[in-house]
Amino acid sequence: MTQPAGPGKAAVIARAGLQQLLDALGAAGYEVLGPAVRDGAIVYDRIAKVDELPAGWTDRQDAGRYRLERRGDQALFGFVVGPQSWKRFLHPPVETLWSTRQEGERMEVTAPQPDATRYAFVGVRACEIRAIAIQDQVFCGGPFPDVGYAARRHNAFIVAVNCGEAGGTCFCVSMGSGPQATAGFDLALTELLDDAGHRFLVEAGSAAGTAMLQGIDRRAATDADLAAARAAVARAAGQMGRTMDTDGIRELLQRNAEHPRWDQVAERCLSCGNCTMVCPTCFCTTVEDHSDLAGTSAERVRKWDSCFTLEHSYLHGGSVRQSTRSRYRQWITHKLSSWFDQFGSSGCVGCGRCITWCPVGIDITEEAAALRTAAAAPNRGQDGTP
Amino acid sequence: MAGRARPRLAVWKFASCDGCQLSILDCEDELLALAEAVHIANFPEASSAVEEGPYDISLVEGSIITAHDAERIVKVRQQSRLLVTIGACATAGGIQALRNFGDIGEMVAAVYASPQYISTLATSTPIAAHVAVDFELRGCPVDKAQLLEVISALLAGRKPAIAAHSVCIECKRRGITCVMVQGTPCLGPVTHAGCGAICPSFRRGCYGCFGPMETPNTAALAGQWRRLGAAPREVQRAFRTFNAAAEPFLRQSQAHDDQDDPG
Repeated sequence: MTQPAGPGKAAVIARAGLQQLLDALGAAGYEVLGPAVRDGAIVYDRIAKVDELPAGWTDRQDAGRYRLERRGDQALFGFVVGPQSWKRFLHPPVETLWSTRQEGERMEVTAPQPDATRYAFVGVRACEIRAIAIQDQVFCGGPFPDVGYAARRHNAFIVAVNCGEAGGTCFCVSMGSGPQATAGFDLALTELLDDAGHRFLVEAGSAAGTAMLQGIDRRAATDADLAAARAAVARAAGQMGRTMDTDGIRELLQRNAEHPRWDQVAERCLSCGNCTMVCPTCFCTTVEDHSDLAGTSAERVRKWDSCFTLEHSYLHGGSVRQSTRSRYRQWITHKLSSWFDQFGSSGCVGCGRCITWCPVGIDITEEAAALRTAAAAPNRGQDGTP
Repeated sequence: MAGRARPRLAVWKFASCDGCQLSILDCEDELLALAEAVHIANFPEASSAVEEGPYDISLVEGSIITAHDAERIVKVRQQSRLLVTIGACATAGGIQALRNFGDIGEMVAAVYASPQYISTLATSTPIAAHVAVDFELRGCPVDKAQLLEVISALLAGRKPAIAAHSVCIECKRRGITCVMVQGTPCLGPVTHAGCGAICPSFRRGCYGCFGPMETPNTAALAGQWRRLGAAPREVQRAFRTFNAAAEPFLRQSQAHDDQDDPG
C-alpha cells in the first residue's frame, strides 16, 4: 500500500516544476482544472498558475460542517476533498441529449457534437480515482456506453495527489480506496514539506504521464524522498476521521430491510438530495422534455437527479418510495450492498462528502454501524409504506 | 397552431402585489412569441381591451381575502378550460396570510382611519381552497422561465417540467457551495425548487419564496437552525413569510409559538 506505484522511476519536482507541468498540460490542449478557494470552500476550477492553488489553506470537516482554516505552512494540497467532485466535469449536471426543429413539413433532429473537451484534472485524490473507476463501470461497462462520458473520460489526463493528511469525515482506509493512488492516474504527486524543502515526489502511471514529464525540470528521487512520501501517506492513513466496518456489509443491509433504525434516520433526513449530489459515484439522472411556445422546436435535457425525490421512483399511478424511510434505505442499501450485484463493487469510496454536506449531518458510517449494534426488530406490516 | 384559432388567454388578479403578472411582461424576448402562440383576450395589467370569456387558459394571481373575491374566483373558474395559479399568494395565501395568525378586527382598526368601510375576510386563502386548480406555479414572484415552460407545456398538451424537489438539487447542479454547512441557516432543504438557488448563489440562506418542497421535513431543519444558533423567534419568522399559510411551514412556525428567545 505504501509502495510507490506505477511504471518508471519516481522523480522529484519543485514548485517551479509544478508550474511547468501546468504549462505543459495547457500547451498540450488540455483544459486544466484543479483546486481553488471559492466562497469559503475548496472547489475545482480552471487553473493556470500554481499561485491559484489553495496555498496555506486546509479544511476542517465534520458531519454537516465545513470550514476553511489557515495552515501553518504553504502546502498547496494541505486539505482533503471539497463539495464538488470530478463528476461534474465527466458527468455534467445538465446536458442536452438532442433537439428537434420543425422546418415546413420536415422535422430535423440534432444531436450535440461529441464533447471534444480534453480535461486535465490536477489534484485527484485516491478516493476520487476509485470513484471515477466506478463511474467508468456505470457509464461504459455495459453494452450501451454513454457516448459523452466515454469521450470526456478517454481524453482526460489525471494528476493524482496522494493525501498527506486525512479529513474529519474521511474513511477511505475502510473502503480500501486510499489514501494513496495506486492506479488509474497519468501522474501521481506526493507533496513533501520538510527540512529538505517544499517538493513533490512524482510518479508516472501511464505512457502519457511519462511523456508529459519529459520537459519538466526534475531529479531522481532519493531514498529519503521515498521514505518521506511513505510517511506522509501513512500519516493520512492513521488520521481517518471515520471508520466503516465493511465486514459482511452487503448482507447486513439486505438482512435489515425492516430495522427500526430506518424510522430514526427518517426523523432527521430532509430528503433534500444533497448526499447524492455530492457523492462522486451517484449517477442518477432525470430526463426533461421541453417544447417552445410556437410548438416548432423541442429538446430533451438530462439533469442530475436523486433517489430522494418523489419523481425518481414515479411509476404509473404514483411514487414507489413515498416515505423518507424508504428513500434513505434505498440510497444506503444501493451504495453499500446492491451496488455489488449491479456493478461488482461497493458504491462507496469513503470520501466523506455525504457526511460533511448533509445539512443535518447524517453520517453513513454511523447509520451502517447502527444496523449492526441495535437489535433488529421486524416491523413489517406496521409501516404502510414500501 | 396554423389553421386553428389561437388559444385564448386571460390573466386575473386577486389580493397580490402584481409582481407575478409583471413576470409575464418581463418575458421581453419571448413576449412576441407568446402573443403569437396565444390570443391575449383578458389581461387588464397589460391592455384595457378586455374580451369576454370563455378562455382556454386562465392565469390567476393573488389570494382570496374578501367575500367578493370568493364569488369572483368561481366565475373565473366557470369561464376557464384550464386554470393555473401563479405565485405564492395564489398557491399559498401569500404574505397577507399573516392575518391568519391575528385578529383581523384589531388589524383593520390599527391600519385604517375609517375601518367601518373595510369589508374583508378573517383569512387569506389560496385559490385551490375555493375552486379546482389545474396547475400551481410557485414563487414570490414566479420565475419567468418556469412560467413560459408551463404555458408551452399546456399548449403542447404535455406535463410541465417543473420539479417539486428541494432547492438543494438545483443549488448543487449549479456548483454552489452549501451555505448551511458553512454555518448560515438556509430554508433550501425544505423549499420547492424553481428559482435556481438565487440566494445561496449570493452566499445567503434561502428565504423559502417557492414554499414547501414535496416532502419537507421542517422539524428536522428547524432543529438544525437551532443548533446553528437561530433563536426560536427567528425560526418562526423564517417559516412565516410569503408562504406562511402553506401547511408544512404553518405547522413549523406554530411549533415555535410559545418559545422565548434564550438569554
